[in-house]
Amino acid sequence: MARIRLQALEKRFDAQVVLSGVDLAIEEGEFFTFVGPSGCGKSTLLHLIAGIETPSAGAIWFDDARVDRLDPAQRDVAMVFQSYALYPHLSVRDNIAFPLRARRVPAARIRSEVERVAETLGLAALLERKPRQLSGGQRQRVALGRALVRRPKAFLMDEPLSNLDAGLRLEMREELKRLHEQFGVTTVYVTHDQEEAMALSDRIAVVNAGRIEQCGTPQALYEDPATLFVARFVGSPPMNLLDGAALAGAEIFGNVLATATSASAVLGVRPADVTVHSESVAGAVEAEVLVTEPAGSDLWAVGRWRDQKIKGRTASGARVRPHSTAWFSLPLERVYVFDRRSGARLRPGR
Amino acid sequence: MIAAGLRGIGLILLVAYCLAPLLWQAVTSIKPAAELVSLPPLLPTRLTAAHYAALFTGHPFLRIMLNSAIVAGVTTLLALALGALAAFALATLRVRGRALILAAVLSVSMFPPIAVVSPLFLVVSALGLHDTLTALIVTYTSFSLPLAVWLLTNFFRDLPRELYLAARVDGWSPLQALLRVIVPLAAPALVAAGLLIFIFAWNEFLLALTFTATEASRTVPVAIALFPGLHEIPYGEIAAASLVATLPLAVLAFAFQRRIVEGLTAGAVKG
Repeated sequence: MARIRLQALEKRFDAQVVLSGVDLAIEEGEFFTFVGPSGCGKSTLLHLIAGIETPSAGAIWFDDARVDRLDPAQRDVAMVFQSYALYPHLSVRDNIAFPLRARRVPAARIRSEVERVAETLGLAALLERKPRQLSGGQRQRVALGRALVRRPKAFLMDEPLSNLDAGLRLEMREELKRLHEQFGVTTVYVTHDQEEAMALSDRIAVVNAGRIEQCGTPQALYEDPATLFVARFVGSPPMNLLDGAALAGAEIFGNVLATATSASAVLGVRPADVTVHSESVAGAVEAEVLVTEPAGSDLWAVGRWRDQKIKGRTASGARVRPHSTAWFSLPLERVYVFDRRSGARLRPGR
Repeated sequence: MIAAGLRGIGLILLVAYCLAPLLWQAVTSIKPAAELVSLPPLLPTRLTAAHYAALFTGHPFLRIMLNSAIVAGVTTLLALALGALAAFALATLRVRGRALILAAVLSVSMFPPIAVVSPLFLVVSALGLHDTLTALIVTYTSFSLPLAVWLLTNFFRDLPRELYLAARVDGWSPLQALLRVIVPLAAPALVAAGLLIFIFAWNEFLLALTFTATEASRTVPVAIALFPGLHEIPYGEIAAASLVATLPLAVLAFAFQRRIVEGLTAGAVKG
């Protein structure tokens, strides 16, 4: 197990900058996730830590040892790939044993270690099969087994659940969390799915266009987004974003907008914080309801106000109907203000 | 029905067209010497094994077959080993200027052998390799490498790169990853390339004629061409030798037929 520190890390492919200025520390035993849209550089980050890419600048430390010029074999990390990357010509047993063979572990110990891991993952009956004879979920388990068998310094996981169907994905998500608690190994996880990131991680770094936008606990990212990008990316359904210019003069935002230049501001408020009423309520804005989305216990309603769309929540069974009028109350203390151009959070009153 | 019938007739005609020379050789090889240059009879009146026997008594044909087998076998192994290493670098390790290297490799294979045979002869003589198997193995390997490099590069490129990366993270060196993961998965391509190279080396005539002088290094095609004496052309023995020389190739091709098709069409369709 190790603490992983990334220091001013930068990666270029020819002239194209894929990552720049990445500075952060992943604590020992932590479940740490890089989340971001596809092509943001998060997989490259994982490859840099694994040693299958070399950084163009900066350093990587495992505890007190600098590793960024070391061969993957010397770094002793295990990786689970998105495609699982099982060796098609080897049986499940040989796939799991493969990293131990590379380290010249004695055959008897390989056997017992492989069987221990197979037992943990429910693969004991499948050891002699080839990968092509396995279902998607079983392949996923073999890929995990190949990582777990080594007791490495860190687990690196590159979108390990994205090839599974929805039900299995939730099941494996719990399994991953259980395995992390059981083994306690530092885990660096990459996903484009913010919900997955929130559910699994101790801390999350949101990556956008090769830079870390914000790094913090899931709760911190949700409640205190540092940038417009993070606000938009984290949380489901996504945050309502209202154009400051369109709201100029609206009484209820008077105080919030006072410190910001309204024309260049974007206001954000989470749908979960917006309450929708079927009758007039003091301080609420009147809007035409465009769509309603029943979600079991709740009903989401999308309204149009001043040409801006707002999504809010109401109790299911409320008399909020499409094409009728409803009142959306926006709690001012939960409204975030961002600069449109830079995306930076503006903090009025500070 | 009619379409199927026509196709059957077409196939028969095609096969007959392709195999007729072979059949003619087969008939010639078992005709008594007296009937070889007279017509009729079209078919032999009696069968004889004399021509086959003459191959191994009148000529050192066994030695010559062995020469061919050594040259073709070693050439195949060398070209595959070097070709696999080059293809690994080009396809998996992302060498700089990959397109340029591949184009250069291809252009080398476009020189007609007759254009390079004289300078090569000088090189071979200067190195003291005249009339040795080594001379043939080295030149054949260099002539086969473009094919091996191209076939294997394309095949390796179709293998998921993550398999290589996984092997590296699992603790293997690049060379071990090549040997333990990529080569086993590329078996069809290796077999296909290997067979094509073996056939080329087995049949090659021009360089073999130029670089060899005695039976110490003479190969089958040259030996057959040198059968004719001052006063007669031994058609029967030539026919017998051709058939004997074709046999190993036919056996290899049938044994690996399925693998060849897999190797040559790999990546054409997503599997």
